[in-house]
Amino acid sequence: MNISFQWLKALLPGLTESPEEIGETLALRGAPLEDLAYLAPGLDGVVVGKVESVDRHPDADRLTVCLVDTGSDSVQVVCGAPNVQAGECYPYAPAGVTLPNGMTLKAVTIRGVESNGMLCSEAELDLGPDADGIMALPGDLEPGTALAPALGLDDWLLDVEVTPNRGDLLSHSGVAREVAHSGSGEVTLPPVPGSRGNPWAETEDDTSLTSGPGGSSEATVPVHTAESEASGGGVTVRIEDPERCSRYLGAVIRGVKVGPSPAWLASRIRAVGSRPINNVVDATNYVLMELGQPLHAFDLAKLGGSAIVVRTARDGERIRTLDGEDRKLESEMLAICDASEPVAIAGVMGGADSEVSSETTDILLECALFDPKSVRATRNALGMSTDASYRFERGVDPEGMELAVRRAVEIILATAGGVPDPAVLDACPRPWAGLSVSMRPSRVKTLLGITLSKAEIQDLLSPLGYQVINGSEADDSLTFAVPGFRSYDTLREVDLLEEVARTYGYDRFPADLGPFRPGTVPDHPLFRLEDDLRDLLVGEGFLEAQNMAFSPEAEGVVEVSNPVSKEEAWLRTRILPGLVRRVEYNLARGVRDIRLFELGTVFQAGAATEDANKGPGEPPVAPEEEARVALAVTGARSPIHWRGEPLDVDLWYLKGLLGRLGACARVKGLGVEPGAPAGAPVVEGEGFTLVGEGGQAVGFAGSLEPGNVDAPAWAGPVWILEISLPAEPSPRPVPLYKPPPAFPGVDRDLALLLPRGMAAQRVESVIRETAGPLLVDLAVFDLYEGEGIPDGHRSVAFRLRYQSGERTLTDQDVEQSVTAVVDRLREELGVEKRG
Amino acid sequence: MSGNTDLIEALQTLEEEALQAVASAAESDQLEALRIQYLGRREGRISGILRGLGGLSPKERPAVGAEANRVKARVQEALEARIASLEAGSGADDIGDVDLTMPGALPWRGGRHPVTQVIDELWAIFRSLGFTRARGPEVETDWYNFVALNTPLDHPAVDEADTLYLKNGLLLRTHTSPVQIRIMEAHEPPIRIIAPGMVYRRDTPDATHTPGFFQLEGLVVDEGITFIDFKATLAEFARRFWGPGTEVRFRPGFFPFTEPSAEVDVKRVITLPDGTTEETDWLEIMGAGMVDPAVLENVGYDSERYTGFAFGMGPARIAALKYGVRDIRVFFENDIRFLNQFAQP
Repeated sequence: MNISFQWLKALLPGLTESPEEIGETLALRGAPLEDLAYLAPGLDGVVVGKVESVDRHPDADRLTVCLVDTGSDSVQVVCGAPNVQAGECYPYAPAGVTLPNGMTLKAVTIRGVESNGMLCSEAELDLGPDADGIMALPGDLEPGTALAPALGLDDWLLDVEVTPNRGDLLSHSGVAREVAHSGSGEVTLPPVPGSRGNPWAETEDDTSLTSGPGGSSEATVPVHTAESEASGGGVTVRIEDPERCSRYLGAVIRGVKVGPSPAWLASRIRAVGSRPINNVVDATNYVLMELGQPLHAFDLAKLGGSAIVVRTARDGERIRTLDGEDRKLESEMLAICDASEPVAIAGVMGGADSEVSSETTDILLECALFDPKSVRATRNALGMSTDASYRFERGVDPEGMELAVRRAVEIILATAGGVPDPAVLDACPRPWAGLSVSMRPSRVKTLLGITLSKAEIQDLLSPLGYQVINGSEADDSLTFAVPGFRSYDTLREVDLLEEVARTYGYDRFPADLGPFRPGTVPDHPLFRLEDDLRDLLVGEGFLEAQNMAFSPEAEGVVEVSNPVSKEEAWLRTRILPGLVRRVEYNLARGVRDIRLFELGTVFQAGAATEDANKGPGEPPVAPEEEARVALAVTGARSPIHWRGEPLDVDLWYLKGLLGRLGACARVKGLGVEPGAPAGAPVVEGEGFTLVGEGGQAVGFAGSLEPGNVDAPAWAGPVWILEISLPAEPSPRPVPLYKPPPAFPGVDRDLALLLPRGMAAQRVESVIRETAGPLLVDLAVFDLYEGEGIPDGHRSVAFRLRYQSGERTLTDQDVEQSVTAVVDRLREELGVEKRG
Repeated sequence: MSGNTDLIEALQTLEEEALQAVASAAESDQLEALRIQYLGRREGRISGILRGLGGLSPKERPAVGAEANRVKARVQEALEARIASLEAGSGADDIGDVDLTMPGALPWRGGRHPVTQVIDELWAIFRSLGFTRARGPEVETDWYNFVALNTPLDHPAVDEADTLYLKNGLLLRTHTSPVQIRIMEAHEPPIRIIAPGMVYRRDTPDATHTPGFFQLEGLVVDEGITFIDFKATLAEFARRFWGPGTEVRFRPGFFPFTEPSAEVDVKRVITLPDGTTEETDWLEIMGAGMVDPAVLENVGYDSERYTGFAFGMGPARIAALKYGVRDIRVFFENDIRFLNQFAQP
């Protein structure tokens, strides 16, 4: 919300705070500044200059020699602008002034003629884009006055961040109310320059248009006709949809003279970042910015049947809106129509055909109250948002309508003349009944932790416009009449409690840490598991990567309907493709050794379940989410070292890591099997599958197929691994203490000749089964093929470690077991001991 | 002549001997002994020769004297150079058979992602304040993401969320707050959890936005939880995370699912490279508030009996503030050279 500091000051004459201080005050009231800018940083020294005479330059066709009244003096200026005219006012920058572009002016001689300073264009003063001619100023400006205040630009623009619940802050008077609370006095509307008074305020029977923001709801408004229809002076207003439009005020002014706004009005409009249009439109915009009430002025002559009908649009009805767009209306949209067709989209934007133009003489001023949800739905469906719709969506003060009309009419009469019809047409099928909310003072203690008396609560709330209706000392209850401008978000006891806390000041609450009870929610075991995996991989020298879950279509089965990027409109089913792209990113930057891992969520097509989603309607099927760990690694297993080239990452490193990570991930029934699962982008013969309970594949590792990575020629193979993590991991296994053996162990090496096609794993199983309980460890320590080994065989050497917890083993103990192993291997597998 | 030649030869032998001794001396004690041995005024061997000049003829004396002075100066110079080199430690080092100054063999340095490291720190603090960790799905329904959180779908607050929807009408959660609902549905008070996790918004990536980012939610619900507990817990957290001397400010804010709502700002004291300290501006670090009674009612809690507070913060934003990262998109680039800056020592 753009707030002009000067405007705020006009509403709060008692304001003594600087713009920065106001920002601080507002931040602590819940509406911090997003930005604060001085509007005319480069206008120091620039004044209003009135050109008294314009003569040709004796020695240059395109230049003129002007005499400029600078207020105190008359100076000669050489000017190159084609639009300079005697009798007009322009910005004048005397010698010594530094323009926004950094140029410091000097008295110069141009082709033999002395020139003192410069008449400036918009662009030269950084006030607009126009660089074609000098900037014409309104004629009612006094020569010599400083330009910035003359244009209303000696001002600061406060960009106030307004939260969606505070529609009441979307106006200068709303912000002034918040600032006033800190002691800057009463909010009063500044007088309208040239005001001819308010026509209705002066007649006895029509004085009931209430005055002042936050006027009491008890004030009654003359209802000039039956509830949903009002007519007078040949004009009719009728509401056909009272649910969405509870009230419509129509003021008719005849004989206006539409033209440019006077300086005071134009400068207000400019100060909040808008462009002045004409006196009538500017008056409505002024009231919108000042009071937060959107208004609209129709050219009465363009309203068919001189009628306003508020009704839902008929399917297919069209309207060309003020922004020049042709828009198709739908039946659920609320339209403002004349006798036959739409002339405005209710609460959003007026129509171009009934726009106020320079030919307009009679106007109808609309001040209506629309349902926030209806306006929101309509503007959403049309894909537009306007100052008006923004305010209606957030709630417009139902008690401020009369004031808004009065104010707008007063400004129009002062700036465009005309004569108002004697009565405001007031169609009001659902009169505002006021709103009252009760609270229990005891809840202040329960929720806020401090004790406040009823009087203290009242003192906190009444400056905000909450009037106490009843509250005897005896019972635990206080009822407040809620001011209209807060009637959209102060509906419950807790809303009043928030107002109490906010006004009391959050900083005044103590912050002493008290005792607390432990919660009932156990720490989710997946976090611990993820931490274990991180520890393991970080210890292995891996760096953790983070990627978002978005993926190209080829890598997803769940589609985002409104993606940020069309190329990544899906949710990933695997972590690896994204991670491999990060490997490519690093390879492209010349990094040869890359070790990245990632923990994240993948999304598979979900199966329909009886998930007890609440809310209306049948819940759609949710994708199946799965937590995973993945890694991608290429290059050396350790940094280079002078003792020799480090080992590169290879198949066996990956296999080891897969088993270790599987165990760390607490995969039940863990096993690592040769061969990657179908579909894994792994080189044939260079992959492994991690299996869990029932032989189900839960992960894999291997060498990435070269076609799946865009790598420079010098890059080594990329090794990949991905494991699904259990959704509800079993707790970390608890090791059961066994005393370390007190007696020495015995190692026996057994070199075995495995015939071709025999898996070492089978041999290993037989050894474990046969060796008996004294075998405590078994490892493969050598592999040999070639000389001395029979054809079609390889020698695999196992080291068996025997140990007993009760005694020192004898040779006989060990020999017995080894013989049994050798015999069984020969009998069962045909595996011989190497000779 | 002969005495002359003999003496000069003797001087030169002495010179050679002295220079060798100096070169192989490894400690300053040895050098001092050598200085006394060769140059000492009384017993020095070169001094001895000089003293013997008296026995030479005046003709022979200058040549021998000059040579003796040259040798004396040369040895003196060698001694000084050696002392200097020993002090500087350069030159020939006594390295023994193995040069133990050669670099050791190191494993690669691994590291958690900087944002994970911030989440770890946050967790460590909240853990010590009695919290446990909870999680929930990233794909959510309107109910969990909005409606149950007191945010009707036609409320303007929904606009601010910039929701990403799936084709089937479900959505990617725009905050971790749905975890509040799921946890309260499944558990009875007291609730005391944090819920870190990924959230998504339809934001075009720029220096301060990414369409996916981490959030850390917190929720406390029990009997007797007040605004004072809320302030105290979060102020305690902020001081522990940002360091002693950190000022914490609570100011009114708006979230549909908390009331009263607050924005929490901190003002830090940072130490500049030159050792001086500087106070930062107010930095917005989280949104928070007392749990709205409508939210408690939506999960079947008795809002008369229970009260609570909730908070949410962005670990990537905090990481950016903490590490001086000016563009949060680097957190998703996963450039090894970037990640290495946050690796283990």
